[in-house]
Formats: sequence, structure tokens, C-alpha cells
Amino acid sequence: MRDQRWWTWHVAAGLVILVFLGLHMVIMHLDAVVGIFNPHGGHPIEWANVVERAKSAFFMVTYIVLLGAALFHGLYGLRNILFELNPASALKRGLNIILVAGGFGLFALGTWAAWQSFVLATTHVIAHTL
Amino acid sequence: MTNTPTEVIFRIRRFDPAVDGEPHWEEHRLSYTAGMTVLDGLRKIKETASPTLAWRSSCRMGVCGSCGMFVNGRPRLACNTQVTELDTNLVLVAPLPNFTTIRDLVPDLMPMFDAHVALHPYIIRDDVDEQYGPAGEFVQSIHEVEQYLQFSYCIKCGCCMAACPTYATDPTYSGPMPLSQAHRYNVDTRDGGFKARRKDLAGERGPWRCHYAGECSRVCPKGVDPAKAIQLMKRELVLDYLHLLRHGCPAKVVPRPAGATRRDGIPDAPAPTIANAPRM
Amino acid sequence: MLEYKGRPNRLGIWGWLGGGRWGAERYLYTLHRLTGLGLLAYFLMHIFVTSARALGQQAWEQAMATVTGPIFTLGEYAVFVAFAFHAINGIRLVLIELGISVGKPIEPVYPYRTSVDVQRPLAVGVMLVAAILVVLGGLDFFVLK
Repeated sequence: MRDQRWWTWHVAAGLVILVFLGLHMVIMHLDAVVGIFNPHGGHPIEWANVVERAKSAFFMVTYIVLLGAALFHGLYGLRNILFELNPASALKRGLNIILVAGGFGLFALGTWAAWQSFVLATTHVIAHTL
Repeated sequence: MTNTPTEVIFRIRRFDPAVDGEPHWEEHRLSYTAGMTVLDGLRKIKETASPTLAWRSSCRMGVCGSCGMFVNGRPRLACNTQVTELDTNLVLVAPLPNFTTIRDLVPDLMPMFDAHVALHPYIIRDDVDEQYGPAGEFVQSIHEVEQYLQFSYCIKCGCCMAACPTYATDPTYSGPMPLSQAHRYNVDTRDGGFKARRKDLAGERGPWRCHYAGECSRVCPKGVDPAKAIQLMKRELVLDYLHLLRHGCPAKVVPRPAGATRRDGIPDAPAPTIANAPRM
Repeated sequence: MLEYKGRPNRLGIWGWLGGGRWGAERYLYTLHRLTGLGLLAYFLMHIFVTSARALGQQAWEQAMATVTGPIFTLGEYAVFVAFAFHAINGIRLVLIELGISVGKPIEPVYPYRTSVDVQRPLAVGVMLVAAILVVLGGLDFFVLK
């Protein structure tokens, strides 16, 4: 009954990911060509750059939004693939539980990481070495 | 083929459940006759060489949908497939995939028809009496007819079901034919049954397992384009979820104009011979 | 319906892979699934690795050290390629599955264009854009350091 709703959210999540993951890819992998949000130069994953982004409320919020959208999109897609292989109904119930529990668990982990690093960066507990 | 072949080799997948454990290929050589179709070849083989060969066919002109088979790796109608369009003189004929094979080239299409019936492929209206004792005509513009006309050409041959990658693994998926026919009725302005069908279409029986491989539309012998129907239906269902779908009233009945008389020489219709038509 | 002893004839997962006589869109569908699975597998690990930043500089640099090296660089490029294909093809799928680029219902008079023909220019355009992104990413990964 609910496939109509989940599918709509799946598509919406895909569009959200397109924007935010696209930005993430530009920051991480097109920095030599485009070069944004890496104010300290060098590699995008150098600690200095990580702290700069951790400090930013924009990045904290968008990382959490991207995390949620990507987890839903990916795990719903995985569920589609697995269910189309026509497993037994007990296996379907089990898969539903694993995917939902795993999804929420990973969301909790990622949200904690984003929030924690935001707090630590803005209170200067973690700082870059100049 | 640029040159007309003189000989055609038919390799047919035979399987008799009473005798065989596994299917096997049987080869026959035929002389090519002008305009030979795969069905012509099968008939010749049954007449001259293999009288036990079993298949379904009827109209031999591509309108009944009986002779769907897997010819040279694609689901096709045997009567509609010229041997020369296959670009080889080796014709491999197998039963339609994604359906249980009853015998030789005969597939069991009942699961497809069961899925079809489950999506209410008929006009659903509140004015039931009008449908059994019509007082006038339904109003429908040409534009409204165009919205469903293409999808009404479906002959239920099952070729689309055989081509669908989702139906290949998942027998609970409704399939291109039932879904495109559900859409055909949803957009028919004479029908008021969208809500009744939506109960099924919102869930497992819906189009959500279609991922647009497009094969159903490529193999459809009547140009029904079920892939298009399914995507248009998804659009409707998404708009419906967002409460953005405008439901038109089912087409009104136009009563006969008051005072209208028949032209001279046209007799009245005879009295109905069935007093009470059985109601569904 | 008469009882019969039939033989199952489903193509199963071979139906996802086709056999060379199927159209390009079927392969795009299969590739979209494969890239999706690859991206998901990478993503689940990525959440763990990047969460290390909340534990300070040392934890972060340790985590980054475990994912450095030529094999990891190649793997990350593969993820980037998968993303380029999956995202750009995803745009195409959104347009198609919301009924935007499939064309209107027509009267199928030969030679008619099915929705597959109507969306073919979009599919080609999508592949070109994805190819450009793959090249740009390749420059960033391997050429411009």
C-alpha cells in the first residue's frame, strides 16, 4: 500500500542527493579544476579544511540532510533489488527489519559525528594547526 | 537479407511433459516460399514432418494475440514475423519466456490474465443502470480519446511480459500488460474507477517495480507502448499522493434531443431478446 | 482450468542482463543497478570512516591513513565514475518516470516512434554529460595533483 509514497520519497531523495552529493563531489574531487570550500589549499581532506567545514552550520545541516536522503535512497533501492529476486515472505520481513534498523543506526552515527564535530569546532576544542 | 533464401532451417524447442524430462531442440529444413512467416513454417512442419508439434494460433494476421513466441531471441508474434526480416536462414523458435511452458510452444498465460483482472480492466461508473440500459451516448472529445486510444490496441499477446526484466525474476509484479491496461481505463474519461484501482496500484500490484528498461515497448507488435503508459501512470499516482491530481467527473451521458425524430426509412431497433442482462 | 504438468520458463536474473539482442536502455537499467549497489557499499563504509573527525585530529588522520594508497585512489575514482553515471542517468530516469520525456499518447501508425525512441536523444545526451564528468574527475584524480 505504501509503495506509492515510498517511491515518491525515493525520487525526491534522489534529487536532494544530486544537489548535495554533487556539491560534495565538486569539493572533494574537482578541487583542482573548480576549487571551492577548501580555504586552506592543499588536499580537501586535510585536517585544516575538515575543521573549516565542521565549523560551518551550513555544512553540518547539509551533511545530515545528505546522510538521511542517501541512506533512504540507497537502502530503498537495495530493498527493491532484493525483493525483485522474489524471496520467501519470512525473508522479506527479516530484510525489512534489517534495512530499517541498519538505516536508522547509521543515521544516528552520522548525525552524531556531524553534530559533535560542529560543537567541538565552534568551541575551538578541535582546531587546525597554523 | 538482400538475397531471398532458398532454404530455411527451423529449430524448434520441443517439450512433451508426459514423455520428456527436459526440452530438446528439433531441426527441420524447409524450402522458402514468398512471404513465409514463422507461423507458415510451423504449419508446414506439422503437416509434413512433426504432427505432434503444439502451438497456439488463430487469426494469422496479427490481431488475436495467440501466437506469441520467442523467435531468434526476441518475443514476437509468429504470424507477424517474416522469415526474411530475421536476417538469417536459421529460425530458432522457443516458447514465450517468463511463463510456464505447458507443452512445446504453448505458454500458460493465466498468471498474466489474473493480474489483469485484479486491476479492474473495465469501465467503472456509478450509474450502473445506464450501462445496462443506455439512454444516450457518452460525451468524449477527440482529445480525450487520444489519451487512451493507443493503449486500447493491446491484444494481450504476452510479448511485453516476456521481455520485461522485472517480470523475469519477480512473478508477483503485475507486468506491463495489466499496468498499461489499468492506465488505459484510468485516463478514459468515461471511467470513474481511479480510486478503486488506486487501492491496488498504490501497493505491490502497482508500477513501482518498473525501472524503464523499455523492452516491453520495443517488442510490442501493436505499438501499444506499455512503457509509456506505465510512466504516465506513475506520474498520475505521484500527483495523487501529493493531492495535486484533478479528477474529472466521468463523462456525462447526452440524452437524445427532445423532439428528435428518425430520418425516413430507418427502422427502429428490435426489442431486446435478453430481458435482464447479467450484471458483473 | 485443466491441471497440467508444465515446465517453468522464467529468464530469472539473465533477464536483467539480456543477451545482446536487447536495447541500450536495458543495459542502462542494469548499469544503474550495479552502480547503485557499488555506491551503497562504499557509502556505508564512508559513514564510519568520516565519522572519525568527531574524535579529533589524530583519529581523523589515522582514519585517512587507512584509506590512502594507489588501490584506494583507484577505488575512489571508480566510485566517482559510478556516481557520475548513476546521478546523470538518474536525472534521465526522473524525467522519464514522471512522464515528462516519454512523449504523448499517439495513434500508432507505421513507422511510429515509441517512448524508447522519444527518450533516445535524452539518453545520448546523458551519457555524454556523464563522460565529460568522468574525464574531469580523471584529471583531478590522476593528472592535476
